[in-house]
Amino acid sequence: MTGRLWKTAPRLAVAAGLGVAVAFGAAGAVAETPKKGGVLKYVVPAEPPSFDGHRETTFALIHPIAPFYSVLIRVNPDNPGSPTDFVCDLCTEMPQASDDGKKYTFALRKGVTFHDGSALTAQDVVATFEKIINPPEGVASARKAFFVMVEKVSAADDHTVVFDLKYPSGAFIPALANPYNFIYAKAKLDQDIHWYEKNVMGSGPFVFKERQPGALISGERNADYYHEGKPYLDGFEAIFAKKQSLRVQAIRGGRAAIEFRGFPPKSRDDLKKALGDDITVQESDWNCVLLATPNQKVKPFDDPRVRRALSLAIDRWGGSKYLSEIAIVKTVGGVAFPGHPLAATREELEQIAGYWPDLEKSRAEAKRLLAEAGASNLKFTVNNRAVDQPYKIVGTWLIDQWKQIGLEVEQRVQPTGPFYATLRQKKDFDVSIDFNCQAVVNPLLDVSKFISGNRSGNSYGGYEDPEVDKMFDAMNRAADPAEQRKLMRAFEQRVLNDQVHSMITLWWYRIIPHRSEVKGWKISPSHYLNQDLSGVWLDG
Amino acid sequence: MTVSQIEVGAEVEDLVQRAPWPVLLMDMIRRKPLGAAGAFIVVFFILIAAFANVIAPYDPTANAFDRMHMAPGAEHWFGTDQFGRDLMSRLIYGARTALFVGFVAAFVGSTLGLVLGVASAYFGGLFDLVLQRIMDVFMAFPLIIMALAVVAILGSGIQNVIIAITIPFIPHCARVVRSSALSVREIPYIDAARACGFGHSRIILRHMVPNVMAPYLIMLTAFVGQAILLEASLSYLGLGVQEPTPAWGLMLQGGAEEYAESAPWIAIFPGLAITLAVFAFNLFGDAVRDALDPKLRSQ
Repeated sequence: MTGRLWKTAPRLAVAAGLGVAVAFGAAGAVAETPKKGGVLKYVVPAEPPSFDGHRETTFALIHPIAPFYSVLIRVNPDNPGSPTDFVCDLCTEMPQASDDGKKYTFALRKGVTFHDGSALTAQDVVATFEKIINPPEGVASARKAFFVMVEKVSAADDHTVVFDLKYPSGAFIPALANPYNFIYAKAKLDQDIHWYEKNVMGSGPFVFKERQPGALISGERNADYYHEGKPYLDGFEAIFAKKQSLRVQAIRGGRAAIEFRGFPPKSRDDLKKALGDDITVQESDWNCVLLATPNQKVKPFDDPRVRRALSLAIDRWGGSKYLSEIAIVKTVGGVAFPGHPLAATREELEQIAGYWPDLEKSRAEAKRLLAEAGASNLKFTVNNRAVDQPYKIVGTWLIDQWKQIGLEVEQRVQPTGPFYATLRQKKDFDVSIDFNCQAVVNPLLDVSKFISGNRSGNSYGGYEDPEVDKMFDAMNRAADPAEQRKLMRAFEQRVLNDQVHSMITLWWYRIIPHRSEVKGWKISPSHYLNQDLSGVWLDG
Repeated sequence: MTVSQIEVGAEVEDLVQRAPWPVLLMDMIRRKPLGAAGAFIVVFFILIAAFANVIAPYDPTANAFDRMHMAPGAEHWFGTDQFGRDLMSRLIYGARTALFVGFVAAFVGSTLGLVLGVASAYFGGLFDLVLQRIMDVFMAFPLIIMALAVVAILGSGIQNVIIAITIPFIPHCARVVRSSALSVREIPYIDAARACGFGHSRIILRHMVPNVMAPYLIMLTAFVGQAILLEASLSYLGLGVQEPTPAWGLMLQGGAEEYAESAPWIAIFPGLAITLAVFAFNLFGDAVRDALDPKLRSQ
């Protein structure tokens, strides 16, 4: 293994084949000279449950909050569709691994300051990753499982950070480039480890200006930003608008220039029809999948037969055809991002419960399993998030799917904050709509969503499955792509077919129609990536 | 003089008792045509709600993706929505949701308001003062804001929606009933009842409540329309009943907004249903008020 391990990872071989970033407007864009000034107004469908990026997993945090923070490394903003193109943000140069691929040493920029004027040093970076990798009890870290390979983080001096790994891993650099890894001030964390849940203070391109609950979060240009000449904007306003129709109308009426999450095809067509060349459309496959997760702490969902029956009832192939017309979902897939070499082929998927080509047979088996488990007339409530796309649409579709096997299902819809509280603290749900949206396309780590709850920061099914954990660890240690793929199939079989810890519905498809004056922003397969807005500018 | 008044009253009562119901009905239609129209529409909606499972041509929650966005036609009179669900069937079942929420919230809210209003007037003093200030606090908020606050605390769902709508109704009814009960309290028979040693509850329930039934019934009928509108508003805002339950307000959100231009029928029919129901209950409520208010009746 060498320092270029992540570049020799299997994902590299297929970087170009992922089918991402099919950008209508951005593709082929000739380099233009960015103009300075202006305030970017954009709409965000939900408010962040907290301000702590290490804890949260939602776009509702990234879109309004990422512009306030720096990260150690990031996906190249000029090539965000690539799963292997990483560049420095706070560091000065992408490091070469040493010690047989087990040590990474990052030199930090000098003279970087937080927005309160204090110096950003290696101690801040170490404290940040300590919080992410080894959170103290009572502190949630959604991506701690991404760093299973990390032995130790330390500061060699004020401007050098060292990561020592337990074993060489191609998943380390992509994990490090996760946009949620905001660099926090050690002083604030020492003062109160929960400080960043309710406060914002970073070193990013924009300084926090104000928050009007229910209305907006705004920021203004950080004059001391370390990337020369950036940011181009004077400021931004992230305007919260829960209803999709409102967001579409905001763009149509010029009250907002863009929504970074994604619209369904109909909205794209309406905006294009109404505004013509004033609208630019960028589209991409999306590293995001909607799940239905049974709560295994609640009967009868502790019975794998019941969970399997629920999955068998879902017509994924038919759903893909029709739901893609009305929602931001499209692709049928397993646990890994469809199209990636580690993802299942159609033939492999068709072996899994709920993906069988014969729907009638599938539903008959579902009914048989329910009867066997004594749950034929099961009634339950599905917990859902109060976001139209695609949550409520897919939730409504799922209820109809389960009705086909005789189940009576109601829907409980909650705003983002209470929705997360239900998943994380209250855990008072039968089955919940859940999602796995990841930043950098990296199935080896992205599937950490499905490992045991005591190891994953965002596994909400209330189960512990050492077998799954073992497979996950083996995948991440395996160097041979063929071996990784074999392990991924076994992992998928256990998670989706044998134990049915979670039910994958459909993978998302990202469509961003935005005002053509917005420049310098490129779509990626994740709505989390490339959101610090430092390179965005307004033309006109 | 007093004797002759009693005799005239008895004659009229006798005449009314002898008139057959079709005559009474025609008389009501002639005297209160708008109120009668309202009553007919209300009855129409009640029948639809009661026999929804017989009348509705399709399952209101069944998805049929091969029939998405079908325009109104012979097969689907009111068209279909983005899930291919028959809009007419959803409207028919939606009447059940609207009327259930409307009647329950209006009845419970008005009745609790009646009891509190009469008790407040009867006891007077500090009890009245404190209770009325509490009512003032509740009444300081518009109905929809108060309902939104309640549902934000309790969460969505049909039961919570009923509670959210009921709570703001209570002070409104209590305030109106109290003003009527204050005058009733001063009538000598209340003193006589006290002198006889009757308990508070007997005096309130047996002697005062029947004498404030007119304002109570007027508020009750007016509240049904308001409750239907509130339920629709909350559901439209995503805080009321949830998919796939058929509810008029819910039918106006989501797809109705998104497809307002290409499939306008998704929004038009539930909008019409809400308008018609609220209009009908308001007309009916006005007629009840006219019938029960002695001043208006004499005119």
